Amino acid sequence: MSELRDLYQEEILDHYGKPRNFRKIENPTRVLEGYNPLCGDKYTVYLNLEGDVISDIAFQGSGCAISKASGSLMTENLKGKTKADAEELFNAFHQMLTRAPGEDYDEEKLGDLESLAGVVEFPMRVKCATLVWHTLRGALQGREDSVSTE
Amino acid sequence: MAVTNSNGAIRGFDVQAIRRDFPILQQQVHGKPLVYLDNAATSQKPKVVIDALVNYYTAVNANVHRGVHYLSQEATADYEGARTRVKKFLNAVDESEIVFVRGTTEGINLVAQSFGRTNVGEGDEVIISAMEHHSNIVPWQILCEEKKARLRIVPINDDGELLMDEYEKMLGPKTKLVSIVHVSNSLGTINSVEQIIAMAHSHGVPVLLDGAQAVPHTKVDVQALDCDFYVFSGHKLFGPTGIGALYGKRALLEAMPPYQGGGDMIRSVTFEKTLYNDLPYKFEAGTPNIADTIALGTAIDYVTSIGYDKIASYEHELLQYGTERLSEIKDLRLIGTAKEKASILAFVLDGIHPHDIGTILDTEGIAIRTGHHCTQPLMDRFGVPATARASLAFYNTKEEIDALVEGVQEVLGIFS
Ligand SMILES: Cc1ncc(COP(=O)(O)O)c(C=O)c1O
Repeated sequence: MSELRDLYQEEILDHYGKPRNFRKIENPTRVLEGYNPLCGDKYTVYLNLEGDVISDIAFQGSGCAISKASGSLMTENLKGKTKADAEELFNAFHQMLTRAPGEDYDEEKLGDLESLAGVVEFPMRVKCATLVWHTLRGALQGREDSVSTE
Repeated sequence: MAVTNSNGAIRGFDVQAIRRDFPILQQQVHGKPLVYLDNAATSQKPKVVIDALVNYYTAVNANVHRGVHYLSQEATADYEGARTRVKKFLNAVDESEIVFVRGTTEGINLVAQSFGRTNVGEGDEVIISAMEHHSNIVPWQILCEEKKARLRIVPINDDGELLMDEYEKMLGPKTKLVSIVHVSNSLGTINSVEQIIAMAHSHGVPVLLDGAQAVPHTKVDVQALDCDFYVFSGHKLFGPTGIGALYGKRALLEAMPPYQGGGDMIRSVTFEKTLYNDLPYKFEAGTPNIADTIALGTAIDYVTSIGYDKIASYEHELLQYGTERLSEIKDLRLIGTAKEKASILAFVLDGIHPHDIGTILDTEGIAIRTGHHCTQPLMDRFGVPATARASLAFYNTKEEIDALVEGVQEVLGIFS
């Protein structure tokens, strides 16, 4: 089924099998856990901030292919970016995942995050793709509890 | 056991004819025939049950127990007729022992709040098990916290069977209630409830059985079991949502205070003193869920007309077939391998998250459940965050199991 192939693209499966930045940062500036109680996905996002710049970002945890690949792609895309860049990218990413049929998304800005565009056909899985992002945003806001998708 | 003929078919059990009783099963999903394997979450409804609902609202609708007019009498007769059906279904001694509730969850909460708050005090103990649904954990946690009582958990082995020796050791003078699942929704384990009850009774301790997953598959006889409370949900028994029943031994129910106050549960009210109504109405405050109660009665008639001996034989075959087929898949691990098991095929695949399995199967029209199945402590016990669970009903077929196995092969293909 082609929608399924769109969802589980090779790039996604590659990031799932070999997630990048899948490690702990010792003494990070920010650390936050995110949890999806519905499916049990659980990740910790680690950040080092220099001023407004994300100088290092990593994550650890367990979950489905979509959530883990999303974490891998997110961390790759955000290293060296500012907080404002992160927010902008999140908005573009979120719009892509929830766009109406026929609506465009910002391919240029999204770069390889586009490999998650197929999630739009699976509304139940949007939370999987955004879990690490919500966790990141919570960490950037300085939250210290944990983030839940529910 | 029902009689099987030479080609293994169960005499008098025609699964294709049964499937035609369920309108929803004729449906396509994502362009594929629906393969509904999520019966433990909720079962599908036969047309007779749907018709009972339509008929009630079309021809009978009125409030019960309080009208002299024709419709009210009809509605009351049908509503109380459903109680008689539940009474026979569970083989209770008397209708007064059957309390209608919203479902298993409300039944357990009723016992926890009414029986529990009167009988459990500081330092007392309530025993549950490691395989309980959250609805048979949290009400007891709330009670134990309020009363400074202790919740004890009977452990299980790697096959998902209760450790009966550990259970026996827990029973003692402090034990005030044992509340255990009859059939596990996550593992399919059929617990040795006769033994559980006998052991508790030898210490004078009453037992509640959570029968949510038992009644769709096995005949339950509360007198033969000698259990003190039994609860189940109509929606898992091919009936509507929002209705279930609590059975309680009359002497226990008599001694318990009301759960909720309101209309119908009283005999007389003054601002100085209110007298409560007789059983079971003492526990049924407010206008009840009349339509769904009546349709639950219809569901019970439907299931019993097929016959539990045939249902059990057929489902046993199906479960065995499914277990064999799934076991052939390398990298698949079944969770829940008890010797006595019903209807549940829960599994994990090496390196593939259940959520991804569920999505891929769904595109093939196959409905399974993925997640923790409201049994998080049990998932922790098996060291998995979640499982993929196929749960069977008597309308499922070997062909549907084959579709499941093919679907799992597809999952493995995508992730290989
Ligand atoms: C074993 C068990 N107990 C209790 C429940 C709760 O039932 P309900 O949600 O109908 O109250 C369920 C339903 O999932 C169950 O499987």
